[in-house]
Amino acid sequence: MAVSRGLVRTSAVAAFALVTIVPLAWMVAVSLMPPGSANTFPPPLWPVHPTLANYRELLLPHAGPGGSTDYHIARALVNSVALAALATLFGLLVTVPAGYAFAKLRFRGRAALFRALLALVVVPGQVAMLPLFLLLKWLGLVNTYAGVLAPGLAGLYAVLFVRQALLALPDEMLDAARVDGASEARIFVSVVLPLLTPVIVTLALFAFLASWSDFLWPLIVLSDAQLYTLPVALAAMSREHGRDVELMMAGAVVTTLPVLAVFVGLQRFYFTGVLGGGIKG
Amino acid sequence: MSGGRSAGGATGAVFVTPLLLLTLAVIVVPTLGAFALSLTDFDIYALGDPTRLRFVGLTNYAALAADPHFAQVIGNTILLAALGVPAAIALSLAAALLLASATVRWAPVWRVLLFAPYVTTLVATAVVWQYLLDTRTGLLNALLVGVGLAPVDWLGSPATSIPAIVLFVVWKVFGYNMIVFTAALALVPAELYEAARLDGAGAWTRFRHVTLPGIGPALLLAAILSVANFLQIFTEPYVMTHGGPAQSTETVLYYLFSQGFDWWSLGLASAVAVVLFAAILALTAVQAAFGARFEWL
Repeated sequence: MAVSRGLVRTSAVAAFALVTIVPLAWMVAVSLMPPGSANTFPPPLWPVHPTLANYRELLLPHAGPGGSTDYHIARALVNSVALAALATLFGLLVTVPAGYAFAKLRFRGRAALFRALLALVVVPGQVAMLPLFLLLKWLGLVNTYAGVLAPGLAGLYAVLFVRQALLALPDEMLDAARVDGASEARIFVSVVLPLLTPVIVTLALFAFLASWSDFLWPLIVLSDAQLYTLPVALAAMSREHGRDVELMMAGAVVTTLPVLAVFVGLQRFYFTGVLGGGIKG
Repeated sequence: MSGGRSAGGATGAVFVTPLLLLTLAVIVVPTLGAFALSLTDFDIYALGDPTRLRFVGLTNYAALAADPHFAQVIGNTILLAALGVPAAIALSLAAALLLASATVRWAPVWRVLLFAPYVTTLVATAVVWQYLLDTRTGLLNALLVGVGLAPVDWLGSPATSIPAIVLFVVWKVFGYNMIVFTAALALVPAELYEAARLDGAGAWTRFRHVTLPGIGPALLLAAILSVANFLQIFTEPYVMTHGGPAQSTETVLYYLFSQGFDWWSLGLASAVAVVLFAAILALTAVQAAFGARFEWL
């Protein structure tokens, strides 16, 4: 009885999971089909003659029959990696020390400032978008990496997350280090950061994925195709080469496979982050 | 906080200063700026020459209120949320209930597969679904034709364009609340199920009277957050339909983007931003009220 129920349940979950994964499997399958072969009815499900031609066409510089074609995808891949790495690094540099200060250091106005930050969490980013664009334009930062990065660095959720993780840390640990004559900077680096490692991995993962997948803001700030991130380059490509299914699927794979791989590798930290979403103030 | 009273004061200020300055520059000032801009006629001429900027009071809001296009955009957005939120929550709950069962084997594998769409890059999967939903060559219509139904022009007809986008969004996001619900389900005391079973309660009665009350708060919070997310949809129509056909998939944010960055009517677009802000703030208030009522926030 128990065995058969387990089998039924497992089959049901398996079927659910397989249906869920079909669009992603189809994306990979079509990206390996020869150009033009997926545009039939019924649509082919499996690349009978798998080829990397679409990836070559997409990523390698070449001269086509109508002159040189550049989809800007290879360049965008480099841009996306660089921007996501910078967003992660600078985001952590700004938010982790602040979260520690709000949890464990005493300074004037701490409680009031923290309440103000909590209130700001409800402000949707899109409200600030238009004036922020004008501000960046005035500063000459439109069409630059700095302009893309700036709004993402003030990660209020990350501050709350770090603060929450450190509230449980006994003050005696920090005081013992102070009695031993350690400077505040040294305490942060040698005592606090090692304890925060799993939290920092989680935050880094979220920051990286958020930067990688962000679309609206880079679309607004970047006008030079050489600076496009993958989502912006892929959206532009879809407007021009929308009928080349196999090529578009290769572009989709290049855009989304890196983050899927990162997620699968670090899923433990990712799920911790999802469940830390209900942070109390 | 014995020793901490004297220690760390200056360090604390140093540690929070970069965050506070950035928050001021990219959140506080621009948000106030949006309110100010919405009271001006900031347009493409003012973009080149700020002296052409004029204070126009609530003219932009009046223009929005009188604009049938904006009314349609609000209607589209509400339809998206009205179809999408119940569907997404139901699918998340179904997946969580299946996964939470102790008899399921290899649960971590299924969990990763079910969650995978959530971490994919939105633009990439929107492109994939554009083809899945294609009238002639799409997989979905192949399935419909296979079982003897007529193909549907999913993204090409105003009647089905919103449901088609909802289908994609639900697929993309349900994994997130699945994880949240799985955690909530694990906190429902097993004794309650046992007691209900001893009282002769069937599976549905147990779900209705033990599971639902147990995860009620998580369910409600997820629903409210989902509404907020559906109100901010932009990328899906931008990539899949360009707002069409017949403006049937233009959302509030799509309208904001095209007014602001296609037409450079930054004054009017700021008024749209303020309206969106007000809607999301109202939702947060509802959430807080429910939270106080059920004592779980």
